[in-house]
Amino acid sequence: MALLEVKNLGISFGGLRAVDSFNISIEKGQLYGLIGPNGAGKTTVFNLLTGVYKPNEGIVTLDGKNITGKKTIEINKEGVARTFQNIRLFKDMSVLDNVKVGLHNKHHYSTLEGILRLPRYRKVEKEMNEQAMELLDVFDLAGQADYLASNLPYGKQRKLEIARALATEPKLLLLDEPAAGMNPNETQELMDTIHFVRDKFDMTILLIEHDMKLVSGICEKLTVLNFGQVLAEGETGEVLNNPQVITAYLGE
Amino acid sequence: MKMNKLKINKTAKSNFITYGIVIAAFIIVQILVSAGQVSSLMKGLLVPLCTYAILAVSLNLVVGILGELSLGHAGFMCVGAFSSAFFSKCMVEVIPVAGVRFFLALLVGAAVAALFGILIGIPVLRLKGDYLAIVTLAFGEIIKNLINAFFIGKDSNGFHFSMKDAMSLNMEADGQVIVNGPQGITGTPNDSTFFIGILLLLLTLFIVLNLIHSRDGRAIMSIRDNRIAAESVGINITKYKMMAFTISAALAGVAGVLYAHNLATLSAQPKNFGYNMSIMILVYVVLGGIGRIRGSMIAAVILTLLPEMLRFLSDYRMLIYAVVLIVMMLFNWSPKALEWRERYSPKRLLKKKQEAKEGE
Repeated sequence: MALLEVKNLGISFGGLRAVDSFNISIEKGQLYGLIGPNGAGKTTVFNLLTGVYKPNEGIVTLDGKNITGKKTIEINKEGVARTFQNIRLFKDMSVLDNVKVGLHNKHHYSTLEGILRLPRYRKVEKEMNEQAMELLDVFDLAGQADYLASNLPYGKQRKLEIARALATEPKLLLLDEPAAGMNPNETQELMDTIHFVRDKFDMTILLIEHDMKLVSGICEKLTVLNFGQVLAEGETGEVLNNPQVITAYLGE
Repeated sequence: MKMNKLKINKTAKSNFITYGIVIAAFIIVQILVSAGQVSSLMKGLLVPLCTYAILAVSLNLVVGILGELSLGHAGFMCVGAFSSAFFSKCMVEVIPVAGVRFFLALLVGAAVAALFGILIGIPVLRLKGDYLAIVTLAFGEIIKNLINAFFIGKDSNGFHFSMKDAMSLNMEADGQVIVNGPQGITGTPNDSTFFIGILLLLLTLFIVLNLIHSRDGRAIMSIRDNRIAAESVGINITKYKMMAFTISAALAGVAGVLYAHNLATLSAQPKNFGYNMSIMILVYVVLGGIGRIRGSMIAAVILTLLPEMLRFLSDYRMLIYAVVLIVMMLFNWSPKALEWRERYSPKRLLKKKQEAKEGE
């Protein structure tokens, strides 16, 4: 069975039908792309999947469990993590602390234990530090662990956002335009990172992207969205050669 | 991994400096007092100094760490002050040992203030920014005015309560009015001392600093930096907002307890519990550096001492005070000043010297 199964998802904002009967089915370990023109509703789909918006209709199933209409934090606990189109880091916190916030629900000690610095505080903090540093290492950020997140260069901020999302140990990772604002070298590096994440963490990834080089380079399957509706879906090669997709989005 | 350890040591060191400053200040004052160098006016300021420092540190938890503007802090102080004074006055014969009584009063004041923090926090924390500021301001005023309307007395039949006047309490002849409306509570045992004030300030610093550098503190700061992202990694926004707000209110209550037990008569005036006070506390926090705990403490002390020290200037006193406010603001916030401070910080100069030595 597919890891993520979305059936007939829809939402309206006033008179605007932002997403209409949206279906998607993503297998475990897949690298899946969601593309389409600006305003097609791609980010709205992400917001529906992560509980930022409640869908008007449709069912979202993650790993056999119905997560439709749940709150963002519950959906995160079920195993969906995301990054944002406009980077949303905890900018006045250190790089290390950004990842440690991601680890928040995986490690526990009480408020009192934290204030009194009891042994469990030390033990758990040590575990968190080690785990966070491991993650930062993967993204080549370990050297900047005590920088403020806002002082990182753009490309590294994107990576930190992915690291933070992975810290919540998700089953499904949603990346919203990870290559936005990157130069070709950085994009190439990002493609390697995404591949690496998929292989190392055995991750299922759904990404929104406009950079066709990245999309054709790493996505195994694609869904094309136009005016809130699915225009085409299937293997990347097929979809990109679909005449309808070419007219609506790619251009002749 | 080495880098990591370094960072933890750095915060530990910074915390240590903060505690050190407080303890050093205490020792210096004690030496000056025993040498007879402190005027009685200054002696009278010692406990209020601790009170304001605690208030500033506790408000910084909401303003600097949680990132929400609260203008009702004096209200929580007021609740703490009155509930603890009420407790102490009732218990003055039951518990003759001042230390025990004060400790229990402290618990009462902090608990009642925390309760108000929760009650007010539930509706108020749904708001953001300016709206939150205005509503907390309103709640602060409501608390102050409500307390002005309370009349509570005690006689052989137990407690009597009225919101009209002392006469309508209908007490027996042996009755005693404890809370007398606008006249407040008179005859609270004078249990606060400078030593207790310093202890409470250290306790407040300990709680706030350790909270900030814990799992919960990070969650609170993540809400400040980006609420949507915090939610996306599973941070329970409501829970941590309430936590910061409640702890801050409880600590303001502690300041209130200290304040109440330093005065013979406790009454809720606009001057001590009104929005003027709330804004004054906010000024300490802003001038000391939002989110910088040590800074708020120092700003509170400087800005409380300054008007007293400038007394000899008589008419120009408030003018100079205003100028100092502006200079402090520039010193803490202007980019040029920050750059200058960075360049001439003792740490850096020391490092340079060392490097020069190694170079030779």
